[in-house]
Amino acid sequence: MTDRTQPDSVVVVGAGQGGYQTAASLREHGYEGSITLISAEDALPYERPPLSKAYLKGEADEAMLWLRPATYYVRQSIDLVSGTVTEIDPAARSVRLADGSAYGYGHLVLATGATPRTLDVPGKELRGVHTLRTAQDAVALQASLAGARRAVVVGAGFIGLEFAAVAREAGVEVTVVEALDRPLARVVSAPTAEHFTWLHRSNGTELLFGRGLKALHGDGRSNVTAVELADGSRLPADLVLIGVGVTPRTELATAAGLEVDGGIIVDAQLRTTDPHISAIGDCAAFPQVRSGNRRRLESVQNAVGHAQAVAGRLAGSPRAYDELPWFWSDQFATTVQIAGFNEGHETEVVLGSDPDAFSVLLFRGDDLQAVESVNRPADHLAARRLLTQGTDLTPAEAAAPGFSLRTYLRSLAERGTEAPVAL
Amino acid sequence: MPKITYVAVDGNQTTIDVPEGTSVMRGAVFNDIDGIVAQCGGNMQCATCHVYVDETTLDKLEPPKEREDEMLDFTACPRKPNSRLSCQLKSSDALDGLIVHTPERQN
Repeated sequence: MTDRTQPDSVVVVGAGQGGYQTAASLREHGYEGSITLISAEDALPYERPPLSKAYLKGEADEAMLWLRPATYYVRQSIDLVSGTVTEIDPAARSVRLADGSAYGYGHLVLATGATPRTLDVPGKELRGVHTLRTAQDAVALQASLAGARRAVVVGAGFIGLEFAAVAREAGVEVTVVEALDRPLARVVSAPTAEHFTWLHRSNGTELLFGRGLKALHGDGRSNVTAVELADGSRLPADLVLIGVGVTPRTELATAAGLEVDGGIIVDAQLRTTDPHISAIGDCAAFPQVRSGNRRRLESVQNAVGHAQAVAGRLAGSPRAYDELPWFWSDQFATTVQIAGFNEGHETEVVLGSDPDAFSVLLFRGDDLQAVESVNRPADHLAARRLLTQGTDLTPAEAAAPGFSLRTYLRSLAERGTEAPVAL
Repeated sequence: MPKITYVAVDGNQTTIDVPEGTSVMRGAVFNDIDGIVAQCGGNMQCATCHVYVDETTLDKLEPPKEREDEMLDFTACPRKPNSRLSCQLKSSDALDGLIVHTPERQN
């Protein structure tokens, strides 16, 4: 029997990882109402992580990116609609698309994601200048890469560095220009950042820190030929990737009168200020369980976790979202994995003496905030378990000779002080 | 095309053609076979595509590489000698006839 509090229809705006997962999880929870999944891209829902990795290298075709085949949506009665939503009417509970069509909703889920930030510099429209977010972006970037000799990457974040690695492996000369003094400055600790500086430099990539961009220059046919830095120096380039972060897509929410502040504001159950509208994934600013601070996170895990939580609530099992954030990036043969969320750490404890395989434990006081693992997948999974169940591990204990996350986790289980874990 | 058989906890069996180069994980996801979550999409990040390879077909596989081996210590259901991450098992003629059992839970 259907719970009478369930909406009779759910419309999801955005068919990225989070939008797709909302629809899939609703059906897994036995939701029987209608589900409409609206995609601004003319493609089946697909995975984004390979776009800056395997897909860019030509190791995966488009079908390999699909989260599910077309038949899945038919079998699950998920109505996939291709189109751009132009307006939400919260009073009438309907969304309108650019082609004039409209869809009424019992509940609306905004999974609108984010859009790459651009730089307001002359020449940004030149041919050969790219951002990377969609499969279409990746196809265009791949085509540029095939004929490129010198690439300049603006921004040493994950997208920029992942692309830089692929371009280097393709034999292209690569320079990365970063405004801050180290790579991944906003997302990883200094020891991890230092490792990535070394990794890219040892693979022949030039990294320039503390340098801003002034202009992009082109030839008579509007092809990019050089990048001019703020100090007036010029870097020759036939390909430029701008990887300076993303802006959440909040326009629809703002226009609909929802509260927006650096993301669509939601509560712990991912409800916006309109009880009939939720927001998930990259576009949603949600409260962190531990600190209460509202943040946006850009990751597959976050999109999937949010989607599952909202789908569960709509299907009658409400709960606060409290999943541990985790993230990964592959560059060359190196994987960095991050568990937890670092809200400003005071102490770093590095585990492992191998410069190419280590973990960094980040503490605020005696509170373990996050663990970054470079080529240490077992540490990462141990850290996820530890941070999920909660731990009183102190920096002094972690810094003791021979300390291992896995052994520590096992000792907790054996003492019976924590829920047993399969190890 | 190589045929792979998936056996659910309740004993229900499904045999499907999995194109060469496609992983045993993706074969399952693309054919609506339950029991494999694959939260990370096959990027060896999550250990939620754990399977037990049927003992009779274990010799069709190369042993796991180091990283898969480490990840297998963190599966939701207990690791056994025949445990594998199905995202790392790429379909090929050598795998034709492979039988995998999906575990009770993945996370």
